[in-house]
Amino acid sequence: MNVLVFLVPVALLLGLAGLVAFLWSLKSGQYDDLDGAALRILPDDDMPPDRRADGSCSKPTS
Amino acid sequence: MAEALDLSMFVERNDAGTAHMTLAVEGVGCAGCIRKIEDGLSKLPGVIDARLNFTQRRLAVDWREDEIDAARIIDALEGIGYHAHPFAPERVEADESAQAKWLLKCLAVAGFAAMNVMLLSISVWAGNVSDMTAETRDLFHWLSALIALPAAAYAGQPFFQSAVRALRARQLNMDVPIALGVTLALGLSLFETATHAAHAYFDSAIMLLFFLLCGRYLDLAMRRKTRVFAGNLASLKAEFAHRLDAGGELTQVPVAALQPDDRVLVRPGERVPADGILINGRSEIDESLVTGETLHRAVGAGATIYAGSINVSGALTMRVSAAGAGTLVEEVERLLEKATQAKSQTVRLADRAARLYAPLVHTTAALTAIGWLIAGASLHDAIVIAIAVLIITCPCAIALAIPAVQVVAAGMLFRSGVILNGGDAIERLAEADTIVFDKTGTLTLPDPRADPRADIDRDVLERAARLALSSRHPLAAALARQARDRSPYPGAVEEPGQGVRAVIDGEQARLGSAEFCGLAEGERQTAAGEGDASFIAFAHAGKTAAIAVRQVLRPDAIAVTKALIDRGLRLIVLSGDRPTAVAPVARRLGIADWRAALTPAEKIAAIALLKSQGRRVLMVGDGLNDAPALAAAHVSLSPITAAHLTQAQADALFLGEHLRPVLRAVFVSRRARALMKQNLALAAAYNVLAVPLAIAGLVTPLIAAVAMSGSSLLVTLNALRARLGLESGR
Repeated sequence: MNVLVFLVPVALLLGLAGLVAFLWSLKSGQYDDLDGAALRILPDDDMPPDRRADGSCSKPTS
Repeated sequence: MAEALDLSMFVERNDAGTAHMTLAVEGVGCAGCIRKIEDGLSKLPGVIDARLNFTQRRLAVDWREDEIDAARIIDALEGIGYHAHPFAPERVEADESAQAKWLLKCLAVAGFAAMNVMLLSISVWAGNVSDMTAETRDLFHWLSALIALPAAAYAGQPFFQSAVRALRARQLNMDVPIALGVTLALGLSLFETATHAAHAYFDSAIMLLFFLLCGRYLDLAMRRKTRVFAGNLASLKAEFAHRLDAGGELTQVPVAALQPDDRVLVRPGERVPADGILINGRSEIDESLVTGETLHRAVGAGATIYAGSINVSGALTMRVSAAGAGTLVEEVERLLEKATQAKSQTVRLADRAARLYAPLVHTTAALTAIGWLIAGASLHDAIVIAIAVLIITCPCAIALAIPAVQVVAAGMLFRSGVILNGGDAIERLAEADTIVFDKTGTLTLPDPRADPRADIDRDVLERAARLALSSRHPLAAALARQARDRSPYPGAVEEPGQGVRAVIDGEQARLGSAEFCGLAEGERQTAAGEGDASFIAFAHAGKTAAIAVRQVLRPDAIAVTKALIDRGLRLIVLSGDRPTAVAPVARRLGIADWRAALTPAEKIAAIALLKSQGRRVLMVGDGLNDAPALAAAHVSLSPITAAHLTQAQADALFLGEHLRPVLRAVFVSRRARALMKQNLALAAAYNVLAVPLAIAGLVTPLIAAVAMSGSSLLVTLNALRARLGLESGR
């Protein structure tokens, strides 16, 4: 059972690292605009202009 | 057009000469919009940064003040195709956003601790039935304590604080048994660990916190979503006033920036921006949003006019005043104060359950300890069993039973256009058995519509409506709404106080007063005979027509009132308008019970009478004169077009031209309340099953963990049923 001396602290440290990462992402505002983040990956700037999807809006901008 | 726009109240300035502003943006719908707006603004000289928050539909802009100003940024957005309005965040919203962050942090800590403690606990449970040595078990318990104690101290704060607040006020809420249960479970576990016992409840305590924090966070997230939405609507609706400076120069300022004694110009067709006294000009004003009266009132210098009325004909200059003695606003505020004081504090379902629950559970635990002592158990064993009773009854399911339903119901109402101001509105909406409607702006549409007689030719109507696009007169604006072709006729000229004229198909066309259009005497009399309507005249190619403009019912009003009556609700109309205008509306809707020409005080009296008959009144109204009645009623609804003061009193707002949200609000709430009760019953049933086991001393940490998560899941799933049942039955 000596392996526990390693494994338990390692498990705890990994968990703590996850917690710290979450708190950091929360503090840096990554959860402020969840819907926007999903859409911001869509623009295809890296494609040549003729292959880009039409950037127009599907909703009327009334 | 040279009128300057003053937005300084929305702009935050930094020392370095840069400024920051938040704007609510309309019409943002896709990824392309984000890029168009951000790229379009970043290209402007002087703009440092523009970032659109898509979730909230808000844009944050930073710029250098010496190169560009706020008004130019808004113009640029308008040029790209988006209507934007500066946004001043309310304090409630900032508070809630800080609280949401805090809850999320607590949730993260509780989640981290729950996972790690459970990892250790499962090892112990497995080890207890196989070959784990007592030393390893103790090590695992100590490790659990090391994680659970600081985590609970941090993540439990929302509950501990609320429990302490309740106890200070000598009251019981659900957080009292939660805080007590968590503290006792942790204390007992620590003691058991120190005495090398086999069972510790660290996992139960921390898991309980995790589940409850999930519920709290979802509840708050739903409230924030509706609050952000309502805030955007309010700022997009916000209007500007034309302020006259000492030198006679006009500045356009946001209405919120007006100060008492400012002089303001109100042009025909515009809304009066603030309460005040007329100092110059003569006009008719439409006060339907203030008093419910649909007839226009003639005003001259010295008259008192109220925010929200519409200036119909002449240009007016007014002096903004704080509410003076004897004005309507002052009377409404006095009545409001009285109504709010008299409002009976309804006890929320959750608190009622807590009041019943906490003493019951604590007595059971105490009796269990005494029982075991009498039966000859040691003091230690008796206390351990009593605490196990407290842990197993810790109101995880009960505390989730109501918020879970509230989140689901508020989400459904939001999607059908009802914005709740507070969480407990659902419970009170469900109890309503009588609905009192205001007429003007509530049963009818908030602004008048053209209601032409059937014998007027459609082409004539279309031409008149298109010509009306060139006029700012409110009657013309009502007619213009019906124009299918939205482009005004070229060369149309407005003659102030008379009407518009233009050349259509080579013939002179006129729209406006009867004299202006040369309306025949006979037609004039037929039109005037209709009583509750105003009319606008149209002449083209030698032919004339009189088009009636009146308050029309919301398109689905008849169907909705019928559905409400069919389901056993009593409907009443209490209006500030004339009897001749109210009677036909009540008759068409099939509402026998109506009263007209009521003052705000009489409306309250009518509601108080209903209350004394044991009725629970839902008041639906929009006028300034309805505000006290809304506050006095058991629960209240307002259309989004309502006066500001009135909106602030309402428990919920509804959007759009339809009356259907009222029906939805009542029935979604009724269903939600039924589910809340069902959930409480489920939670009680769980206790009936689990408590005897705990009293018998048979509960191990494993059983506690399974029972607790099982009941919480059951209650949450039951809440989700609300959505299935109602969305399919649309």
